Formats: sequence, structure tokens, C-alpha cells
Amino acid sequence: MSLWEYANPARFMATTARAVPVLGGAAALCLLVGLVWGFFFTPEDYRQGSTVKIIYLHVPAALMAINAWLMMLVASLVWLIRRHHVSALAAKAAAPVGVTMTLIALFTGAVWGQPMWGTWWAWDPRLTSFLILFLFYLGYMALWAAIDDPDTAADLTGVLCLVGSVFAVLSRYAVNFWNQGLHQGASLSLDAEENVADVFYYPLLVAIAGFVLLFVALVLLRTRTEIRLRRLHALRLRERAA
Amino acid sequence: MIRLLLRDMALAVRAGGGFGLGLAFFLIVVVLVPFAVGPETAVLARIAPGVLWLGALLACLLSLDRIFALDWEDGSLDLLATAPLPLEGVVAAKAAAHWLTTGLPLTLAAPVLGVFLNLPAEGYGWLLLALAAGTPALSMIGAFGAALTVGLRRGGLLLSLLVLPLYVPTLIFGAEVSRRGAEGLALATPLAMLGGITAGTLALLPFAAAAALRVNLR
Repeated sequence: MSLWEYANPARFMATTARAVPVLGGAAALCLLVGLVWGFFFTPEDYRQGSTVKIIYLHVPAALMAINAWLMMLVASLVWLIRRHHVSALAAKAAAPVGVTMTLIALFTGAVWGQPMWGTWWAWDPRLTSFLILFLFYLGYMALWAAIDDPDTAADLTGVLCLVGSVFAVLSRYAVNFWNQGLHQGASLSLDAEENVADVFYYPLLVAIAGFVLLFVALVLLRTRTEIRLRRLHALRLRERAA
Repeated sequence: MIRLLLRDMALAVRAGGGFGLGLAFFLIVVVLVPFAVGPETAVLARIAPGVLWLGALLACLLSLDRIFALDWEDGSLDLLATAPLPLEGVVAAKAAAHWLTTGLPLTLAAPVLGVFLNLPAEGYGWLLLALAAGTPALSMIGAFGAALTVGLRRGGLLLSLLVLPLYVPTLIFGAEVSRRGAEGLALATPLAMLGGITAGTLALLPFAAAAALRVNLR
């Protein structure tokens, strides 16, 4: 039993048909528990007041926005090296989910920043690099949409994803150099001495788990749709040939 | 490779379009800026390095789709792909030709346009240096974008969507060098970063662009 067995679309479809409802249910449960716990059963921060509660949406969404790109990078590499079609389709399926996560992070950040920083938007390194990440997602999706032949599209977007990853990291360091930060530092690192207080920490962990599960469920669902679309296309071609 | 370089340059200069058009576009962008932000010389002097960089970048973008599109249409790209010269070399030669016909003239024209924007006297040398160090990266990244979109009918708009985010690091460090030069600050770090990005781009992107071309020629 190895992960590569799921390169077979039939095997992939059979397994995910059972996995998607379970994952989706778990995601809904985690999100419900995490968000309700976070919004209604945690104290208000002594300086930020109730606005602190946006952390339960903002942090997990930002985390998944970056991880979605990483997942696309890995999937693109698998496609370019081992030519598994499911992998290419998974990368394609992940992009819209990732771009939504990026938008959620940007939007919740703006909503929080207005009362706290007194501005919707600041050209802070983190904010700026997220905006650039958003542009990378847009370009990636536009390239998928523009090319008709699926294998060509998978190859070219794969190459773009590799090059884009390098430039995304470069841009991250470039904007760090370019402007001073307003955004607070990392508050969830495993190696940091001082993290966010426990009372906020546990619901946040549950919310993050919910977002991860939601991402996985959505990507699997979308990959299934892509595989079905591909089958439909093949059937149509066969019908026309007959 | 030299032959290909000379051929591409001759085509770019003689076949109308690319060569003069980019420069004219650069001029117009710079002339339009004072109309948009007002004619105060202090404001113009402050934004001059950034505006010149942005203008050069957009002017460079204009001629990108010509790098491969014409050769793609008449089939000479297929011939080049089967030639003994590796495709990576073809890409490098074409990017170099693009730089010589676009980046270099833009670099040389920038100080002249700096006069319009009241660029401080100390800034000219650094602006020239920064553009000379940064525009090769713009051409090479652009060649990669052009290789990705060569097979598409309406690739032009998509090309700018793909290429502009990739220009961010070059733009940041290039404009930073020019700004610090104009204000007389220390600029060794951004200049080193700018040079590093250009060198890395020139070394690695020909392989990515050649891979994209091979997919498109399949």
C-alpha cells in the first residue's frame, strides 16, 4: 500500500468517494467547535477588545493560503517528474481554494486593521507579500484557463508554479527589505518562548484543524470533479470518433 | 548563437515596432506623470526614480510577446529547436537580443527623461547603473513568460499578468538603488541584491523557458 496507488484515477475515485464525506463532516465539526468556542467562550483581550476574535478566521486562512501553494508545488513536481494525471488535476483544483483563503486572510486583516491600526491597508511586508501571492494565484489560474490541451496546460502551469515559488520567496524577502512592518510577529511558533495565551490558543488550534480539513476536503472534491470532466471529455471524443 | 542574436536584433530594428515603440512609450509615460500628479518640482524629484523604473518596466513589457511569437508563427522556432544549438542557448540569445534592443536603449534614455522629472544630480549615475543591472533580468523573465504563452492566440494580456508579479523583486531593489542614489544614502545592499537577482535569473530561467518551449512545440 503506497501513496502512488492513488495515481490510478479509479483507485483515487473509489477511496475519495468514502473519504470526502468523512473529511467534510470532520471539517464542519472542527470549524463549528473552534469558531463557536472562539467567538463566544473566550475572554476579550484587554487591549484589542472583541476584535481579537477575528484571529480564528484570519490565522488559519493565512496559514492555508501559503500551504495551498506549497501543496500545488509538490503536486506540480509529482506531475513533472512522474506524470501522474491525478496530481496535475489536484494542483489545478487547489488553486481556487488557495486564492479564496488568501482573500479571506486579506479581508479579515483589513476588517481588523481598521479599528486597530486605524487603516484598512498598510504597505506592510506581510500584507504586501500576501497581495503578491494573490497575484501569483491569479496568473496560475489564468494560465490553466487559457490553454486548451490538458497535458500542455499541466506542463506549463507546473513550470510556472516552480518558477513562481522561487519568485514568491524572493518577493517575500524583498518587501521585508523595502518597508518596515506593522504586523505583529508570529504568535504560534512551536519554538517560541511566548505564544498567544492558552485561552486563545486551544480554540485557535481547533479552528486551524478545521481549515486544514476543509482544504483537504475541498481539494479532493474539486479533483474528483476534474477527473469526471476529463472522463466526460474522453467519452465525447470517443462518441464523435465512432 | 551570435548569428541568432544578430538576426533577432536586425529584425527588431528593421521590422518596425519593438525598437522605437518601446522608447516612445517610455517617453509618453514619463511626460504624462506630471500631468497626473502636478508640476511641483519637489514632488517630481521625490518620485522620479520610481516613475522611471515603472516606465522602463512597462515599456519592456510591450515588446515581450515579439520574442518568440513571430518565429512561432512562421515556423522558424521549430527549425531553431532542431538546430544543433540547445534550446536553452536559443532562449538566452533571444533574451539578449531583446535586452539590446529594449533594455539598453531604455537605460540610456532614462537619464534624459530624468531631467523632465527634476531628478537630483547625484541620482543619474546610480539610476543608469541600477537600470543596467536590472533590465537584463526583466528581459530574461519576460522571455520565460513569452515561452509560456507562445502557443496562445491572445497571449498578450495573459503574458503581463504572468510576468508582472515576477518583476516585483527586481523593481523593489532597482527602485531602491535609484532612490537611495538620488538621496545620497548608502546603497551597497540593494545593489548587491539587484545584481544577485539578475545573475540568478540569467543562470536559471533559460532552462525553465526552454522547458516551456519544448512543451509548446510538442
